[in-house]
Amino acid sequence: MKLGLVIDLDTCVGCHACATACKQWNTSGTIGPLSDQDAYGRDPNGSWLNRIRTFEVNEGGSGCSDAPLDLHAMATDTASKTVHMPMSCMQCENADCVTVCPTGASYKREEDGIVLIDQDKCMGCNLCAWACPYGARELDESQGVMKKCTLCVDRIYDEALPEAERQPACVLSCPTSSRVFGDFDDPNSKVSQLVVERAGQPLMPELGYAPTNQYLPPRAQAEVPQAAKKASATVAKLKQWANQIIAR
Amino acid sequence: MKPAFSVLFFTVTSGIGYGLLVWLLGYNMVGSQPIEMELSLVIIFIGLVFATLGLLSSTLHLANPKNAWRAFSRFRTSWLSREGVFALLFYPVILAYAGLLYFGSSSSVDYALQTGLALLAIAIAVATVYCTGMIYASLKPIRQWHHPLVTPIYLLLSAFSGLVLFVLILVIAGESAFVNSGLQLTLILGVVCALVKLAYFVSIGRPEGLSIETATGFSQAQVKLLDAGHNADTFLTKEFVFKVEARRLQRLRWLAGLMAFMVPILCIAIVSAGMVQTSAGILLLWLCAFLSLYVGLIVERWLFFAEARHVVRLYHGEKTS
Repeated sequence: MKLGLVIDLDTCVGCHACATACKQWNTSGTIGPLSDQDAYGRDPNGSWLNRIRTFEVNEGGSGCSDAPLDLHAMATDTASKTVHMPMSCMQCENADCVTVCPTGASYKREEDGIVLIDQDKCMGCNLCAWACPYGARELDESQGVMKKCTLCVDRIYDEALPEAERQPACVLSCPTSSRVFGDFDDPNSKVSQLVVERAGQPLMPELGYAPTNQYLPPRAQAEVPQAAKKASATVAKLKQWANQIIAR
Repeated sequence: MKPAFSVLFFTVTSGIGYGLLVWLLGYNMVGSQPIEMELSLVIIFIGLVFATLGLLSSTLHLANPKNAWRAFSRFRTSWLSREGVFALLFYPVILAYAGLLYFGSSSSVDYALQTGLALLAIAIAVATVYCTGMIYASLKPIRQWHHPLVTPIYLLLSAFSGLVLFVLILVIAGESAFVNSGLQLTLILGVVCALVKLAYFVSIGRPEGLSIETATGFSQAQVKLLDAGHNADTFLTKEFVFKVEARRLQRLRWLAGLMAFMVPILCIAIVSAGMVQTSAGILLLWLCAFLSLYVGLIVERWLFFAEARHVVRLYHGEKTS
């Protein structure tokens, strides 16, 4: 078995429900607690096993260059889109985080490919976090040991749960079903089929980690024809001037 | 990468210690006349103090040091584990060598045993420093570390700094025989170190590798981070997103080059040109060379961390790695 996630970048709305569900489940799970520092203070931070970043992706033109923004061009530019990218452990097949670990705390399970950390063996040297290109490992500052996504190993095999709930917490909580959990070794599984249908791809395959998790790229949108707006030269200049002095 | 002072101090200091001992053992083996027993023992003690201080300091950056003993268990895969094993193995071998120096006779059996132990200790010391370099060189997400010159630089700088300390101790002890024969070697090694480090700086300056576009999978588009998903620093930003002004980096590079290479090489060149004849003057120059080298190497190691850009920074908005 090769368990992992498929994440649909087309439908993810960046609501962070997966991250909070992950935190809620895993803080009381096998690797819990996931501590927070300054939780109610000025700079709340803590260990998270899943983080969502939002990017502006412009496939057509100049919309997201570092040049001064041209709002008129952006408003008519259909090639620019917002992509939310949740990232957790990719359960890599060539997991360098496991091989660099000097204590044997990090290991990859032979039976299902899940990469885990034995909390009782970790000495908190951070080397595995350095070896991970995806930022999937975070040191728990109050316990001094490394934390990472377990693919909810304490849920997915729990026979006390109804079968439909034997899935990672992030998958169950996703309101747009952008996260799918399954076995990539089985060509008939939902995850394998989605990867084939939607041309799923891993992140940074060139580094050679052979990540298991796959990302489905945003679907190509039909181009919406827009009437060209005619603006007089003076108005255009004024607009350009206003855009330049107003920071975004 | 955020420079952790304990790691900077560790790699520089233990590198000097191993370098010093390798030169002592090598000289005792192939030199025209071995160094006196008492002085050898003093040098072994100094070398072990350096190596041990460094190793102890390396445990300071551990968040959970009570499990540090487990770090010897993954010799087959982990360079950090290998480094720990070799560092630990070094002690019995060098202590046996010291014991043989003190208690041994001049019989041929003792001589052969001594040579064997010296060779073994040299091999283990070189392996330890090699492993230190490979800990960094094996990390693919950091292109400034995953670089063919990283491990050679660790070995060369350890050899150079160890040799400077070795000669300094001999100067203090008034052993002029080696000092004169070792001058050329020290100069050549210093120049080689400076050139290799310069080549490294030039080579990492070339932009290459991953960008924010290829990292997010939109390699044909232009990508920019809109929101990192958190408003306070995280473990990832604290550990990996260490930002230093480019101008400051440039100044520190000059400082490292000046203190680690130019000052020591100049001091040694003055001695080798015979411009200073008094023993106090020579001692002062070697002391100056060593202290400058030590501080320079700490700066060099700081830069090694500060200039290393982990690819996870691309997911935090950086354009290139």
